[in-house]
Amino acid sequence: MIPISWYLLLSAALFSLGMVGFLVKRNIVTVFMSIELMLNAVNLSFVTFAHQWHMVKGQIFVFFVMVVAAAEAAVGLAIIIAVFRARSTLAVDRIDLMKL
Amino acid sequence: MNSVPDIFRILPEVVLTITGVAVMMIDASLPAGVARRSLGWVAAIGTTLALWASLWQLSLPEGTGFYATVETTAFTVFFHVLICGIVLVSLLLSLDTLPERNHHQGEYYALMVFGAVGMCLLTSAVELLLVFVALEISSISTYILAGYRKETGRGPEAALKYFLLGSFATAFLLYGVAMVFGATGTTQIYEIARLAPTAQNHGFVLLALAMMLAGIFFKVSAAPFHVWTPDVYEGAPSPVVALLSTAPKAAAFALLLRVLYEMLPTLRPVWSPLLWVVAVLSMTVGNLAALRQENVKRMLAYSSISHAGYLLAAFAGLGSSGIAAASFYIAAYAAMNVGIFAVVTLVSGYDDKLPLIADFRGLMYRSPLLGSLLIFFLVSLVGIPFTGGFFGKFYSFSAAVGGGAIALAIIGLLNSGLASAYYLRLAFAAAQRPADRSAETPLLTPQVGVAVGAALLLAVAATLVLGIVPGEVLRAAEAGAHTLQAIPEAGAHVITMAPQLKP
Repeated sequence: MIPISWYLLLSAALFSLGMVGFLVKRNIVTVFMSIELMLNAVNLSFVTFAHQWHMVKGQIFVFFVMVVAAAEAAVGLAIIIAVFRARSTLAVDRIDLMKL
Repeated sequence: MNSVPDIFRILPEVVLTITGVAVMMIDASLPAGVARRSLGWVAAIGTTLALWASLWQLSLPEGTGFYATVETTAFTVFFHVLICGIVLVSLLLSLDTLPERNHHQGEYYALMVFGAVGMCLLTSAVELLLVFVALEISSISTYILAGYRKETGRGPEAALKYFLLGSFATAFLLYGVAMVFGATGTTQIYEIARLAPTAQNHGFVLLALAMMLAGIFFKVSAAPFHVWTPDVYEGAPSPVVALLSTAPKAAAFALLLRVLYEMLPTLRPVWSPLLWVVAVLSMTVGNLAALRQENVKRMLAYSSISHAGYLLAAFAGLGSSGIAAASFYIAAYAAMNVGIFAVVTLVSGYDDKLPLIADFRGLMYRSPLLGSLLIFFLVSLVGIPFTGGFFGKFYSFSAAVGGGAIALAIIGLLNSGLASAYYLRLAFAAAQRPADRSAETPLLTPQVGVAVGAALLLAVAATLVLGIVPGEVLRAAEAGAHTLQAIPEAGAHVITMAPQLKP
């Protein structure tokens, strides 16, 4: 039997990977994928806790997260296409019309 | 147990949803090329009805609905009325300023209304699952609205920055929710409040608090989570910024109040210093950056960051005084900020043709009405008596002093002094007589239409009422604060419907 904490550590590791990817990657699509990775890492935590507490609630939460992530992906990709049309690039560094 | 039908608990949201869907359907059935401006009126009427529906909710007994996922209390009604009011003014403002030739007006109005659904739901949700869904409804609508001027380079850029950083922040909030669930085995806020103090895994609760705060601070654009704000405000159309800078923030502050005062009040020793630091950072960073801005919208963006700081100072206040001060400040801030963005929309135009402070020079002489309105809202932002901004700051800082955070109140006062430098700079520019009358830039919108006139009137009236007779609103805020603090007895409101898994 694999202990609960292993799943939690895996989830934390995936979340951190997503976070690092978000901060380091330079392509918008990859940055977006990093966010999806973070959301899925959270899903893993929810399922783990649902197992620990013997509660379906955690698993239901995961379905909602998936639905919301799908909606977010639809809007996000549309925005990315709009950016590409306007600027002909997907490099984060070059989306810099407005600077601090 | 409670005799109120569940549907009445979410009546304003239902009205708003029907309005949004109706606007979308009518938009789809209209032939191409037909003006879509009238859809804005449909949306405005629907929002007004939702506002009445929220006020009507006051006659209901307070309580929860839908298996303890939403509640109606004086607190939720306060924020519902505020959010519906902001959305109504933004809709009226858009009606006269969106270009006629734009073919996506139907979507625009529908998205504003759908955003309002999410924000309203966020303030009345007492279940973290619903909090998450409501937050996303509001965020996704506003991501699209931020990039509404997609033909320019800045529109999509603003939407992209808002979207990427917003989703990043949401992931943090969600991770926090997962940790709360791990520590307590529930996501119902009253239940968490009951179980969190005795949770075995105290570390999870602390981690959850930190993660959720990070997510919420992003939404209210408090430093150090504020970097998106100036870019989004600059790239988004001004009528949208009027909404973006106020309504989602009001909803997020309501959530922050709920998380801190209702869900985890026992962790006050942990979150209180954290909020102190964030408040001071937001005020100082916002004001220092605003001082060196030439673009009016960027300046106002930094000013909104500093206002988030003044507002967070109220959280140092003990119990209901802090909650009431924060609620009042949100209302005052919303009134004057929507107002000033309405003026900026009329002066700079929908396309931001005149975005700089220098472009505002001599506004008083070009249009005495807009000039004096601009100065009026700036004076309110500075916090001069007889305007909403004064009482907002007054209550916020008194709450901080009452909570023993005297240093915080002093830093806040110093910052208000610093802030008046850039507000007055814009005010002086507007009041200055232009040196050469031929070099004067013509006013983009020479006539103030009916809808915009109503929007400006509402904003001015709200700012004045909050500044001269704040008693009524303050009483409403206090009533809300009391309902937020009175946590229902264990199990009284919660029906656990979640089936148990077989071990």
